[in-house]
This record gives sequence, C-alpha cells and structure tokens, in this order.
Amino acid sequence: MDVSAEAKRIMAVSISKLYASRAQRGGMRLHRSLLLSVVMRSARDLYHSACLAKEREELGTAHLVPVTPEEDAMDTTASGEQVEVEVSQVKPEPESPLTPTIHEPMSSDSEATQGACKTRTFIGKETVEDKENRSPVSPDRHSRKRRGKASVAPDFLPSKRARLSLELGEERVLRTGGRTCCRAGDVFTTLSLNSNRAIAAF
Amino acid sequence: NCSGVAVDNGGSNDVQWCFSQVKGAIDDDVAEADIISTVEFNHSGELLATGDKGGRVVIFQQEMENKSQPQCRSEYNVYSTFQSHEPEFDYLKSLEIEEKINKIRWLPQKNAAQFLLSTNDKTIKLWKISERDKRPEGYNLKEEDGRYIDPNTVTALRVPVFRPMDLMVEASPRRVFANAHTYHINSISINSDHETYLSADDLRINLWHQEITDRSFNIVDIKPANMEELTEVITAAEFHPHQCNTFVYSSSKGTIRLCDMRASALCDTHSKLFEEPEDPSNRSFFSEIISSISDVKFSHNGRYMMTRDYLSVKIWDLNMESRPVETYQVHEYLRNKLCSLYENDCIFDKFECCWNGNDSVVMTGSYNNFFRMFDRGQRRDVTLEASREGSKPQQVLKPRKVCADGKRKKDEISVDSLDFNKKILHTAWHPQDNVIAVATTNNLYIFQDKVN
Repeated sequence: MDVSAEAKRIMAVSISKLYASRAQRGGMRLHRSLLLSVVMRSARDLYHSACLAKEREELGTAHLVPVTPEEDAMDTTASGEQVEVEVSQVKPEPESPLTPTIHEPMSSDSEATQGACKTRTFIGKETVEDKENRSPVSPDRHSRKRRGKASVAPDFLPSKRARLSLELGEERVLRTGGRTCCRAGDVFTTLSLNSNRAIAAF
Repeated sequence: NCSGVAVDNGGSNDVQWCFSQVKGAIDDDVAEADIISTVEFNHSGELLATGDKGGRVVIFQQEMENKSQPQCRSEYNVYSTFQSHEPEFDYLKSLEIEEKINKIRWLPQKNAAQFLLSTNDKTIKLWKISERDKRPEGYNLKEEDGRYIDPNTVTALRVPVFRPMDLMVEASPRRVFANAHTYHINSISINSDHETYLSADDLRINLWHQEITDRSFNIVDIKPANMEELTEVITAAEFHPHQCNTFVYSSSKGTIRLCDMRASALCDTHSKLFEEPEDPSNRSFFSEIISSISDVKFSHNGRYMMTRDYLSVKIWDLNMESRPVETYQVHEYLRNKLCSLYENDCIFDKFECCWNGNDSVVMTGSYNNFFRMFDRGQRRDVTLEASREGSKPQQVLKPRKVCADGKRKKDEISVDSLDFNKKILHTAWHPQDNVIAVATTNNLYIFQDKVN
C-alpha cells in the first residue's frame, strides 16, 4: 500500500479522534491527546518524506506536470481544511493536546514540499505564503503563546504583563516543592493548557 | 505462531485454576455505570473491593467458616456497597468531572475498622468501613423508636445496655483530599510508613499525610514551562513496599524513574532511570505509543518491579536500569494489527498487571476475555478465559490458544475472531492464596486453584 496514502489516512483518523475527544466526558485526556499527536507527527513526517522523495523523482525526470499526488492532496486539503477550520474555531479549553515540535520541521520543509504536496493547509499554517503565522518566533506568535500560558485566565485580567508575572510566580512556588497549598483552587486552574494555541498549530 | 502454552497438568507444583464465583449482571447489555474500573484485595485477602464507572465501591468479604473444609475455599459475598464519588462540574473550566473510580487502595488494618482510599480523576477519599453488630437499648428518656418519653412518667433510672443486632456494615467518608490535581489522577499508593500516600496525575505527583486534607507536597513535576515542549506524561506511580523513601513512576515513553525522597524535596531528578532501547526492527507509526506503560507494580519482596505496556509485561531488577530481566509477550499477534487497533481505540486500553503472593507468577489481561499468567520460575505461560460458559462450580479452566497464522487447530481461536470489546483490564491476586479476581467489562470472576 502506498505509504503516503496510509500516512494521510492516519493523520485524518488522528485529527478526527482529537476533535471527538473534546466532547468526551471528563474533559480532554492529556495522555491520550499526547499519544494522538505523536502518531500524527510520525505520519506527517513520513508523508512529508514520501512527498519529498516523489518530488525529487519528478524533478529528476524533468517533468513538472501535476500528477496524482496533487489530486490526492486536493481531496485531503478540502477535508483537512474543513477539519482544521472547525477545530480552530472551538473555544479554548484548559486541558488539551499539545503539538510539541510541529512548527520547526514545517517551516524548513515548507518550501521544498509546497510544490508537490499542497498539504500545508491540512497540517499547519506555517508556510511561506502565510505571512501572519510564518514562524514560531515571530512577535505575533510569541505574544499569543504567552497569552496561552495563562490559559483559563479570563479576559478580566488587567494586562499580559500581569498574567506573565502571575504565572512565573506560580512556577517558582511549585518548583520549591515546599508547602504547596492545595487549597487555593485558583493556583491550579491557571496552570492548565490552552487548547486554542495548540489546535492553531495544526 | 500460536501463543499460550498449556500448563502441564502432570506436575505436583502446577496450579489448575477453577471457576469459583462470578459477580454482576448476566445480560449482555452493559450499563455504563456498571463497568468495573478497579479491583483490589486488602492486605489479608479477606476483603475484595471493586470500583466502577458509576462511582460506586462494592466490597466482598470472604466467609471464614469453611476453612475447615479443604475441598473448597470460602466464597466472597457482598459486604458493603457505597457511592464513593459523584459526578461533579468544574465551573471554571466548564468541564464535567467523571465519578469513575480510577483506583482503590486499602490501608493496612490498625483496628477493628477497615480503611481504603478511593479516587476519581480529581478527588481522593478516605473511607472507613466498620461493622456494627450491637446497639444500645433501654434508654431512660426515649422509646426504642427514638421518640422521647414524657419526663413526668419516668420514675426509675436505667442505663442503656448493648444488645446484639443484625450485622450492619457502614461506610463513611473520613477524609476528602481535593483540589490538588489539575490533570487526571491515574494512581494512588500508600507508603510503607503507614502515614503518607502519593497521588499522581499526568504531570505531577503529590505526597499527602493521611490525616491532613488541606495541603499536599508536590514531589514530582514534569510540566514543562512551555506546554508545546511536552513529550511525555506520568502514567503510573507506586511506593516501594518496604523503603518509605522510594517510589517509582512510569511514563508514556516507556521509561520508569525511581526516586528517593531523601535526595531532595522535589524529586524531578531521578535516582534511577529504567529504559530499554527500542528494537529498530519493530518500528511503525505506532511503536512509540505502544511503549507507553499502563501499569507499574513492585514485587512483594521489593526487589523487582513489573511494567505493562500494550503488548508485553516486563520484569525489572531494581539494580539494573539498562533493560528488563524478563519480558513476556502478552498478545504479540496484535503487532501487525496496530493500525486497526488504533482506529477502534483499543490501542489506548490500559491493562494492569499483578504479582502472586510469592512473586513467582505474574498475571495480566488481554482481549476476548482472555487473561494470561506467566510463571517466572518454570518459564511457562497460560492463557485462560473468563466466561459464563466456563462457569460451573469448580470447573477447571481450559487453557486457550490464539492462532495468528491461518493454520488454526481445533479449539484454537484465530486473531480475527477475537472480540476486542471484551477486554480484561483489571486483575488482582490474593496476597497469600491462589485466589484471583478477574474483571471483565461488568462482571467480576473469582477463580481459585483446585485443591486435591
């Protein structure tokens, strides 16, 4: 079986599982979400290298005619885009999947692969064309990350700066391993994840 | 190649497992609340506790009268049933907190009452289970039904005396340990110091004193500063059975870390790291996730620990970190089915494992209501089935075999006809005797060895 088709299928299955787990009773399970993202990453990496290999093959034969991979990509792009849009519109929730290193490989591969495989919309927004979400270290993303860290902290908190210091303060308290008070529920709720940013990485 | 070698019934040391009892509803339509989520014997083996998805705890007690008859061991009957946890709603996060009991752990018995810890995803509770078989009668100022007597009619003084009554078993929550876990609690473990216990969620482990509910100490925190850098979570944790300063925790990456609480207040740095290098020939999309450890258990003697990942059980010598000393394949025939198991979610099933009393045999569950036992000394394994068909009193369980290739022999089952909805995730072994409790989806089977 075509390895890249299998990889695509697994990515699609994974994303739908991730999406379905948002509705799960008890909230998103971090462990499960992590495993799903691990599988997705493996599938994506494999798909990319398969695409790269194909493209090299095509360049080698000096033909730039659009071939079947693009059609496949079109199909998955359509559905993938849909999934991605839906997913990124969902409200943030505290415990959610994370996408550890999805940006970095993407940005390096994007130029090479964008010709043959139009999967950028399927997997992530970090492509050369997408200037807004170009790289993880752009100021925009940076500030969005920080906002994300404060997570559940709702809008009435005064400023980003305040949230950042609050969060750093918490980390210090916890890391001393001292008298961690479990009574202050607030301390713990603000430590949870923000899914908004994690999902956007897709 | 078929897995599961029949136990040789000739030797005198060999155990023949017989059906003893089955608890739970017979009908195939399983109510979700009845799904058993944890099984645990107490330290003497007299009590057997189960927790379910509906937040209930059912405790069975072994009747002691039949000890004189060697033919059959006594049966377990319902001793106490109570609602341990209720569903809750976290308003801040708009999340429902499931009432499902994730783990039950018994405290060592100190007095007439029994104590256990039960936990759901967020809250741990200490329950006291006590017997009442006497009640005071003959009050001076009130009737037997509680109504107060007109004081003017009281002419004599009498002191109430205790008279026997029908045994009543009462369960009362003595402590509630709440609000200490942001993530979902997966383990609790009672320390050998009989004073403290730990609770572990995906990213943190907390140390509690059994008497103190308003604070806990965080002893492990693997939450990264940036959650995008998260690569592994804590999947299970347990205290060493004798060394009160030592505990282990397993991860989703297949590693186990042993920590010494004397080394520092925060045990983020492990004392030992147990990890087996991955076999490169087994790489697939799913090889990373099937290495996630679903359970870790110390041996009773404290020299070994056992881990369960999706396809195997591994025994580790605490003195050797580089690789396990023994590896047992539970259902290797599933290795080339991982993609389907991923799609139907079975690959996320968390199987537990347990030791027998003298650490010579280990047991774990599988699919199709099969469970597996591995005899470490005799290097033999057996596959047995928990089913209603095999449940005539004292009926000896017939070893089962699964056939991975097409050459299915008589009485063997092919991989494709396995029922993946019938999974045995929770098993427990009596601390001293050859009595085991095996939980199918909603039934609890009790098997014991055939006494000749």
